Amino acid sequence: MSYIRKVPNTWWLQRKPYFLFIVRELTSVAVAGYCGFLLYLMYALSKGRPAYSAATDLLTHPASYTLHTIGLLLVLYHTITWFNVTPKVLVFHLGEEKVPAVVIAGAHYAGWLATSALVAWLLLGTGTSV
Amino acid sequence: MEVEIFRYRPEEESEPTFQSYEVPFNEEWVVLDAINYIKDEIDGTISHRWSCRMGVCGSCGMMVNRVPRLTCAAFLKEYYPRKIRVEPLDGFPVERDLVTEMDVFVSKLTDVSPWIIRNEGEEKPIEEGTYLQSPRELAEYKQYSMCINCMLCYAACPVFALDTNFLGPAAIALGQRYNMDSRDQGRNQRQEVIASHDGVWHCTFVGECSAVCPKDVDPAGAIQRAKLSSTTDYFKDLLMPWGKRK
Amino acid sequence: MVIAGNRNLGLVMAKSNEPIFWSLFSAGGMVAALFLPILMVITGFLVPNELAPQYTLSYDQVNSAVSGSNIVKLVLFAVIALPFFHWAHRFKFTLVDIGLRKISLLLGVLCYGGAISATLITAIILWRI
Repeated sequence: MSYIRKVPNTWWLQRKPYFLFIVRELTSVAVAGYCGFLLYLMYALSKGRPAYSAATDLLTHPASYTLHTIGLLLVLYHTITWFNVTPKVLVFHLGEEKVPAVVIAGAHYAGWLATSALVAWLLLGTGTSV
Repeated sequence: MEVEIFRYRPEEESEPTFQSYEVPFNEEWVVLDAINYIKDEIDGTISHRWSCRMGVCGSCGMMVNRVPRLTCAAFLKEYYPRKIRVEPLDGFPVERDLVTEMDVFVSKLTDVSPWIIRNEGEEKPIEEGTYLQSPRELAEYKQYSMCINCMLCYAACPVFALDTNFLGPAAIALGQRYNMDSRDQGRNQRQEVIASHDGVWHCTFVGECSAVCPKDVDPAGAIQRAKLSSTTDYFKDLLMPWGKRK
Repeated sequence: MVIAGNRNLGLVMAKSNEPIFWSLFSAGGMVAALFLPILMVITGFLVPNELAPQYTLSYDQVNSAVSGSNIVKLVLFAVIALPFFHWAHRFKFTLVDIGLRKISLLLGVLCYGGAISATLITAIILWRI
């Protein structure tokens, strides 16, 4: 009679790679949380100037700093693990050679830089409507 | 040094136990040497699988301090002077001591039809000679052909541990080995299995399968590529149902 | 407690609709990776600490940008809604991996349902601005 070993639901706490995997997956909660905030901001915008001001005032609340700090660390972990994994999914050949992993990931990081620069310029650099 | 071994003797006990042995430390020894020493010199009742002792047969895979390893490739000096705990590979039923029941694994390998499939009427008769393949075409799938069926990837996979219906890393990598072989025309046929709920879509890209693979097959990469190609197939079928693929 | 070693040698051989969810998951993940960090730096640290110009995130700037352009609305829709699908897919699988596979269908309904709801709400709100 073969013995079947039970898998504890705490399997992911037993080794570092598994723990980091779960952390990576849970970054999605931070992602959803922030997008929820953006949605709330848009909702406040639709309600008019006083509602929108109240919403942006929340950003000065200490809880906002805490949530943004934790959230940003998690979102950065998402971004980095996401881009680093792209060479495994996107495998191309240019002629005889396989495009190196560093190029695939690097292209994504470059795109990230460009997007961030664009968003920063739009929000910080332009004082009137886009 | 101390080597602790998972013991399970179905005729004697209903629950497994651990048994500790004192083994001489030797710079050149691997864990398999220690186990063989125990069996030869101390306790002949231990059951374990091994064969080539040089990392090509895939027989001696076991959990060494909770990490799936080929015991012929895990040196005692990596662990000395700490204790080594040896267990059968995770995810599989234990027949006896360090021996697992492999049936589930073997059936998954056959499920992906691991042979060259040609379309009806397109098989080359013997007189016409072999199918020609360029080095470039070989390079497409060579990595996935290096699998030695050691099952370390299944032992490392938490998805498989929780649900053995998952097709699993080695089987999907094997499927990809044929899908990417220029001589093969069976990709559609294999998609039934590979693109099913129990196929690639169970995988959450933990990545530990590739981390423990002793042959650098990178099954995780094979699976993600299969996800991408299954997705493009899906949308092609949806948006252009008249097209006919290989 | 989840029992391992289900020795069912058969496979569920139905063609899966997962590609739809996986595509949304991937799109959401890419959008989140590209846009969220810089936005969080701006809303979390630059604006509250007055390290950004006065007009940044002001009602006038944002309102004129959003209400004045359907392209802006479309981009905002993508940036807000797609990551919800990324979360839904990833979170559902994580809960399954923590041992809740038995109720995976229910989890799917809750997670994807949540994402679909968030998408609809986003669309309605942006439409009204």
